[in-house]
Amino acid sequence: MMTASAISRSPAQPPPVIDARRLTKRFAGMTAVDSMSLTVGRQEMVGLIGPNGAGKTTMFSLIAGSLQPTSGELWISGHEVSREAPERRIGHGLARTFQIPKPFAEMSVLENLLVGGQRQQGEGLIANFLKPAAVRAEEKALIEKARGLLDFVTLSHLEHQPARVLSGGQRKLLELARVLMADPDVILLDEPAAGVNPALLEIIIERVIALNKQGKSILLIEHNMDMVSRLCSRVVAMALGKLLAEGTPAEVASSPAVIEAYLGGGA
Amino acid sequence: MTLDILAYAAFFLSMALTYAIICLGLNVQWGMTGLFNVGIAAFVAVGAYTSALLTTPPSPDRFGGFELPIFVGWLGAAITSGLLSWAVGALTIRLRSDYLAIATFGIAVTVQLCMLNLQPITGGAFGIGFIPRPFAVLQENALLFSLANFAVMAVVVLALYLALEHLAKSPWGRVLRAIREDEMAAQALGKGPIRFRLQAFTLGGAIMGLAGAAQAHFIGFIAPDNYMPILTFQVWAMLIVGGSGNNRGAIAGAILIWGLWALSAAAVSTFVPAEQQARAASLQIVAIGVGLCLMLLWRPRGLFGEVSPLTRLKSLRAAPSKE
Ligand SMILES: Nc1ncnc2c1ncn2[C@@H]1O[C@H](COP(=O)(O)OP(=O)(O)O)[C@@H](O)[C@H]1O
Ligand SMILES: [Mg+2]
Repeated sequence: MMTASAISRSPAQPPPVIDARRLTKRFAGMTAVDSMSLTVGRQEMVGLIGPNGAGKTTMFSLIAGSLQPTSGELWISGHEVSREAPERRIGHGLARTFQIPKPFAEMSVLENLLVGGQRQQGEGLIANFLKPAAVRAEEKALIEKARGLLDFVTLSHLEHQPARVLSGGQRKLLELARVLMADPDVILLDEPAAGVNPALLEIIIERVIALNKQGKSILLIEHNMDMVSRLCSRVVAMALGKLLAEGTPAEVASSPAVIEAYLGGGA
Repeated sequence: MTLDILAYAAFFLSMALTYAIICLGLNVQWGMTGLFNVGIAAFVAVGAYTSALLTTPPSPDRFGGFELPIFVGWLGAAITSGLLSWAVGALTIRLRSDYLAIATFGIAVTVQLCMLNLQPITGGAFGIGFIPRPFAVLQENALLFSLANFAVMAVVVLALYLALEHLAKSPWGRVLRAIREDEMAAQALGKGPIRFRLQAFTLGGAIMGLAGAAQAHFIGFIAPDNYMPILTFQVWAMLIVGGSGNNRGAIAGAILIWGLWALSAAAVSTFVPAEQQARAASLQIVAIGVGLCLMLLWRPRGLFGEVSPLTRLKSLRAAPSKE
């Protein structure tokens, strides 16, 4: 099977939104991600699967920058970002959600979204005093955008509630809406279906499909194979930090290596 | 007689309000941002000495004075203390949270030594006198003078309060809250925690410097004794009693603790024989300590507080900044 980075592209094609080359992350005494390569193209939906402890979330953290790779390279939309701080990656169009959602618990649902807005003048200390009118106008536009997104993820009725009152599934939706405030090109979704009731799950799936239709790329970690096959054209399977298989959902699901990894409980 | 009481009340409140300014600065650092500053006295002192050097008449036995207008002194004080805070923060904020605390402690000791030993600049142990006082022309009339000074302090505190409330509600304040609640999530949304923490620490330090200047011009002279660790302790007590995270709490706490301090001073001078009074002054610290404990027992969040300081400390311990 071809590794992702070996796929040839013509120079006219835009670079992939995510191009991870032989990323490795070692923690004290163990290698959580071992020379993993992975690409996500424009408007592509890719699934990342593997048994628990395979290193999927660690791979996400490497791509998002909250962990520094021990070795390897990472390119986002043609920019080398291997050593860049996590807060700079959203500027390249990369957004992530968390396996265990991280709402700003004491802030309202609406405020949670407002934090997601990029390049806000009002986030400058001085601008709040020197350009109050510009800041107010910007804030108004941001609130309008946030309300639109809350509607999109069906949380409008909770706008003024503190985020801590949300259910697990609602938190996943909140995180999705929050990163959408940044108009990302590619979204990393870490187990969006885990612990979500079926009704909410259907909403999440529909919304992800809609986002993809709008042109966004998605990299999805998910155990629910049914969801993965519905969403993803290509699936990457990993175990023990390494790439196991890559291909269409059907190909990967029938791969002997993948079956063995799942039956062997990841060992 | 009532006029005397009125003059004293104005004097007392003016002094309390200078502490309220320091306390508002600490609230930006700790209440809004969770940055632990145990060297408050240093940032106040640097402000006080800066303003004194800028505004006093020239003196043959030390560097300066430059006889500049008082507001230039205040501005210079805020800028110098702000720069010092920025330097301390830039070196330590990216490290684990306890390093900032240690660094601020070190700065307090360093500034103390500088005040005492850089005699050609600071006047050594005797400090600097003849610091111009606002409304000096009114000095003949004690009441009018006190009221005028009180009015200035009240206006400064009010303006600062409104500005800080505006900031707390601004997108800038929102990012600070987000970082406080979940640093990693805020980072994933493009908010660099170091940048915002450094800004808050610098702003808080600048406010403390401003307070130092305000105090220096209110009293008219300064000396290293005014900037001992006890000052840092007092201001922390004020913020905790008033309620950290809340600007109104910072002001109320300052007035309350300053009142307790003045009362206990009066009690010591009334009930303790003259030759023992110097030693008995430490009872004032005990009084504040007891007041602090009672508040923590009765209302752990302080008068107006948002997050109990004990919870905050625990969460800092549990989750030191990453790696
Ligand atoms: N910060 C960390 N320190 C040490 N080990 C870690 C850390 N994060 C993850 N690991 C380990 O790396 C492995 C991969 O974990 P993870 O990426 O969360 O797997 P997955 O998301 O595929 O279930 C696990 O064995 C886990 O214990
Ligand atoms: Mg995981």
